[in-house]
Amino acid sequence: MLIERYIYLAIALFCIGIVGVLARRNAIIIFMCIELMLNAVNLLLVAFSKMHLAAALPGKANAGIDGQLFVFFIMVVAAAEVSVGLAIIVMMYRNTHSVDVNFLNRLKH
Amino acid sequence: MDITQVLFYALSAMALGSAIMVVISRNPVHSVLWLIITFFAISGHYILMNAQFLGIVNLIVYAGAIMVLFLFVIMLMNLNAETEPQKNKWLKLAGVVAGGCLLLVLVAALKQAEVKGKIAMLGTGDIGLIRNLGKALFTDYVVPFEISSVLFLSAMVGAVVIGKK
Repeated sequence: MLIERYIYLAIALFCIGIVGVLARRNAIIIFMCIELMLNAVNLLLVAFSKMHLAAALPGKANAGIDGQLFVFFIMVVAAAEVSVGLAIIVMMYRNTHSVDVNFLNRLKH
Repeated sequence: MDITQVLFYALSAMALGSAIMVVISRNPVHSVLWLIITFFAISGHYILMNAQFLGIVNLIVYAGAIMVLFLFVIMLMNLNAETEPQKNKWLKLAGVVAGGCLLLVLVAALKQAEVKGKIAMLGTGDIGLIRNLGKALFTDYVVPFEISSVLFLSAMVGAVVIGKK
């Protein structure tokens, strides 16, 4: 499979995530769109790890394994991020009784 | 057109369609369910590229744990389509135009890239198997692995501290 197709797919998923962050006001949906962008990057990293690097480096048996380990670490960081972020959203809901991000403009005043 | 290409296009269409549904559906619970379908499609891509470990971990961690956490928070807050505030439609249109511009720039940048014509090998290679990944993880990447355990501990403490007051 040509690598460009994976790149186009990842670009499309990433831009859908960007549009979701820009066009929605619900904090939870914005958070889910961030997860979508992380997954687009993960997909691209795995696709690059399968690009034929083994032919370029004949001595290395598992060339390209770094990409898949980076995906593993991105998943770890995403799990930590979700636990803290959802706690922040719950606290915000307790204070304002809404998950609308437009209530969070108090730093402006 | 062989079976892997058919699977590739089917999984890509599934991922893109359900990702669009995540953004445009009004009800947050429906958004979560569409996002789970997106994660299943991405896991299918991983398995197609013979990265079985990441495919299964993606299902367990994302579709299993993180999305259940999202659903739990949404149900705790009792959100539904009526209570959700909507941006006015010019702001929504501006968001879509901005995202479309980014798409255009990235695709145009890809036209000049050197990766064109390279092949991502599907269904071959064993770097995605647990044995090889585990060996690399516990030899070359053992320091980041331990640091990520500290990150998890601090995230857990942070979530408890934020949620307590």
